[in-house]
Amino acid sequence: MTTAAMVTPKRFVLLRALVTGPLLEHPARGVLALMAIALGVALGVAVHLINASAVNEFELAARQLAGEANLVVRGARAGFDESLYSKLARLPQVAAANPMLELDASLAGRKDSLKILGLDPLRAVQVQPSLLPEPGSSDRDLFDEDAVILSPAAAEWLNLKPGDTLRLKVGTQSVALRIAGLLPHGAYRQRVAVMDIAAAQWRLARLGQLNRVDLKLETGVDIESFRREVAAMLPAGVHAETPQSESAVNASMSRAYRLNLDMLALVALFTGAFLVLSSQVLALLRRRTQLALLRVLGLTRAGLAWRLIVEGVLIGIAGSALGVALGWVLANATLRFTGADLGAGYFRGLSATLSVDWSALAALFMLGVTFAAAGAAIPAWEAARRAPALALKAGDEEDALRPLRSLSTSGWALALIALGTLLTFLPPVHGLPLPGYAAIAAILLGSVLLMPQLAAAVLACLPLPRAVPATLAFAQLKATPRQAAISIAAIVISMSLMGSMMIMVSSFRESLNAWLTQVLPADLYLRAARTGDTGFLTSEEQAHIAAAPGIARAEFQRTQSLLVRPGLPPLTLLARAVDARTPGEGMPLIGNAHLPKDNEPPPVWVSEVAADLHRWRAGDRVNLPIGGIMRAYTIAGIWRDYSRQNGAIVVNRALYIELTGDRAVNDAAIWLAPGTQLDDGARALREQLAHTTVEIASLRELREASLAIFDRTFAVTYALEIAAIVIGLFGVSVSFGAQVLSRRREFGVLRHIGVTRREVGVMLGTEGAATALLGAIAGLVLGWIIGLILIHVVNRQSFHWSMDLHMPWLQLATLAAVIVVSALATAVWSARAAMSDTVVKAVREDW
Amino acid sequence: MFEDTPDRNRPLLRIRNLTKRYSARTVLGGIELDLADEEYIAIMGESGVGKSTLLNLIAGLDLPDTGSIALDGTELTALDDDGRTRLRRAHMGFVFQAFHLLPHLTVAQNVALPLALNNIPSALSATRTREMLEAVGLAARGADYPRTLSGGEMQRVAIARALVLKPSLVLADEPTGNLDPDTASEIATLLRETVRRSGGSGILVTHSALAAATADHIYILSGDGLRRKAAAT
Repeated sequence: MTTAAMVTPKRFVLLRALVTGPLLEHPARGVLALMAIALGVALGVAVHLINASAVNEFELAARQLAGEANLVVRGARAGFDESLYSKLARLPQVAAANPMLELDASLAGRKDSLKILGLDPLRAVQVQPSLLPEPGSSDRDLFDEDAVILSPAAAEWLNLKPGDTLRLKVGTQSVALRIAGLLPHGAYRQRVAVMDIAAAQWRLARLGQLNRVDLKLETGVDIESFRREVAAMLPAGVHAETPQSESAVNASMSRAYRLNLDMLALVALFTGAFLVLSSQVLALLRRRTQLALLRVLGLTRAGLAWRLIVEGVLIGIAGSALGVALGWVLANATLRFTGADLGAGYFRGLSATLSVDWSALAALFMLGVTFAAAGAAIPAWEAARRAPALALKAGDEEDALRPLRSLSTSGWALALIALGTLLTFLPPVHGLPLPGYAAIAAILLGSVLLMPQLAAAVLACLPLPRAVPATLAFAQLKATPRQAAISIAAIVISMSLMGSMMIMVSSFRESLNAWLTQVLPADLYLRAARTGDTGFLTSEEQAHIAAAPGIARAEFQRTQSLLVRPGLPPLTLLARAVDARTPGEGMPLIGNAHLPKDNEPPPVWVSEVAADLHRWRAGDRVNLPIGGIMRAYTIAGIWRDYSRQNGAIVVNRALYIELTGDRAVNDAAIWLAPGTQLDDGARALREQLAHTTVEIASLRELREASLAIFDRTFAVTYALEIAAIVIGLFGVSVSFGAQVLSRRREFGVLRHIGVTRREVGVMLGTEGAATALLGAIAGLVLGWIIGLILIHVVNRQSFHWSMDLHMPWLQLATLAAVIVVSALATAVWSARAAMSDTVVKAVREDW
Repeated sequence: MFEDTPDRNRPLLRIRNLTKRYSARTVLGGIELDLADEEYIAIMGESGVGKSTLLNLIAGLDLPDTGSIALDGTELTALDDDGRTRLRRAHMGFVFQAFHLLPHLTVAQNVALPLALNNIPSALSATRTREMLEAVGLAARGADYPRTLSGGEMQRVAIARALVLKPSLVLADEPTGNLDPDTASEIATLLRETVRRSGGSGILVTHSALAAATADHIYILSGDGLRRKAAAT
């Protein structure tokens, strides 16, 4: 080997000295930072891929359903008269039109519903050929009055095959349909059953009604001009939209929810980046004399800085690559084993395969690298800026952190907090609470920058205790507030983000609980079907219910849908008896009610979601197409409704019957006569409605079911929160570990002058607990502020639901205790690790 | 911890047949030493011969492979780590080459640390701290932090800390190694005088003949063991 070959090139020597050497010397620090970034990226990738796959599948399903149609004429669930179909089909611009009935049918004997498409097979050949069975198989059977064709997904889900019977619930009766065949594989990937339109109208009790007509236009017809032309001839509450804009509306319904989950996943990445930052700050602090020596030997400031940043970039690349792979696996497994719905119900029952959004993957990969690089860049630049002569001097750790404090001058920090406060007053951007998220980021960052000064002020006020280990601990904290602030900031971030989510979820849950008490005033609730559009109670059945023994009173409610404005999802129309003078009974009003005068249009009460989406206020006069008749109504009040995500309108049932002639209802609230037990009342109702499939539930059962749905909705939220807090606790551990490592010589001196190992442990435990306690208190205050923003800005702008603040003190105290105990344990463990080495060696190390 | 009835004829420190190995290498072998009350000796020797190791064994920071170390009749090798620590806390003072002041404590707090560890009442502690700072010429710097001091001043604080409790044995490991010759001479003399005034004994490990000259006796440590060189001046 030649001499030249034996000499390592300069750049490798420097990389060894500045990057690989330190990483290999303390591999646990690098691995922890890498895992934090990987976990953050993995959660982001998994959540995004699952949601993106669901939306893609949703859009694909809508496209497959529309087939070759250029326009979809759609009415509310109650539909419109079938005579409209012939009018549309005769238009010269229309090449083919398919009359359809699209309903979610309740499944007898199950708690679910199945989408039923009634269509004209002869027309479908031209418009939606993929929704027909393969020629020669069961195509002729489709004309049979009891025949139904299932998609393969539906057949698998229901565990049925051709020749079996599918039982639907129509009204309160079970309707049997024969499975005549299956749709070809790949024609429609979701669960659906296809019937002949005439058979569907008859068997689903919708004679003479359609709720959808798909139009295939002649070549060369301007779709938008024709859409406007058609819109003018449609009855009230019926709209014409392109399949693309329908898909966009569908996607927009879940957009805010998806963004919220993305943001929650990014919190984990953010805490991971802070972990990199805090570990780098303290690692560079420990290595400051080595870095100064390299500067003395001639390494330039920029040369030093970029090599230190390389360490963060390497961690970022490795962590992000691992995170993308983990996220991919997690998304795939979730889609395969639990489906595409992450709890909120937007994609319930949707079977989706993983669709890879490469740009999003690349963006999340780069975000991970950028966060890790930024976490390394800030301390790297500060380390490079430090004058070598000062850095070589012992005991300047706190001075070395002075620039961090200069970054966090009151002006900068307060400006960010003020900016965040202002952002909370801004409206959403395209329906998304982006200013709210920006406000949280600004306030969080401002508060973190304020930490060194806050820590210094608070620690200066603390008296020194009598016991020597505690004295030493407090003296250390008082003299090194900036170092303490790094640990405190890590805890503040974890505590505030976790605490704010706890406050928001608890406020939501308690508000939901209170809301359930208000909207469920009766003893028993009876419904024709749990889900779907096909269950109802006839007038005769209503009379049987009212006449049942032990029943004091029964109030009935009809649920329909109402298409008010194109581009917005349909509202739920609730027709029930409401006394306009006391509407708050069973309907929690927000703000002042408006009692319409005699000369004003009849009253309706709108949910706050509907009020937000349609910009309605109490007292407004609005036109609504109830019963296909457009007429004016007065908004008599706005009420809180956590049940219907797209908004709801309550109208007096007497008026509804007058307008529609529809006397059917979906459910009944039942008050028992004094002395009647719940079981006796339910038994009496079942006897009155023998041979029907109604469901009867008590108030307690409904409340428990509602809260269970709520908890399921937030299960993913909790999982993401826990990931963020675990990463945050990693950060605290890294921060303490690095500090303890940098103070081994100090412990050595203490051991020389007679401080026992246990006393050193007590000292560090006291430091850890005090730091964590300060961080937990500051984090709690910040968490309360962020919680208010989540409740009143982000949640309101995302879902249009207001809620009352409820502080979950026990959960918050538990969280604080977990953080304090974790910090204490980490500190003690770090002390043990530091003391396991010989103290003799420690004091002989160069300063 | 110490025996209640000290034997006037017994040396303060008695070392017999002390051996210390690191892996296969014998660092110290067959070391014998008696140190009387108020005796102050210097140990010299080539680098790597085991001077600091010997000091660490005497301080109870490390344990020998064979042999015994008795401080005023108490056998160190029979004590556990806590026992040795408490013995060191109450009866020994340390001065290091690199000063090793705690940077987050003030000068006065650094000096008072051994008093606090031994539960000396606050008033007495304050008095003793003030007296020690006066003794080392730093009465005016008590409220300052170590980073504001020069090397010589830091070593004065370290001496004050080592002697504030009037320990029976002061161990000094190259206390002048980081100082310029004038300051080194001044510190060596100060250390000697302060130990004398406190009534304790001292072991000074040094390469400096000047510093060694302040001792009552000079010992040379080599591969052959510890040998007394000659009476110092």
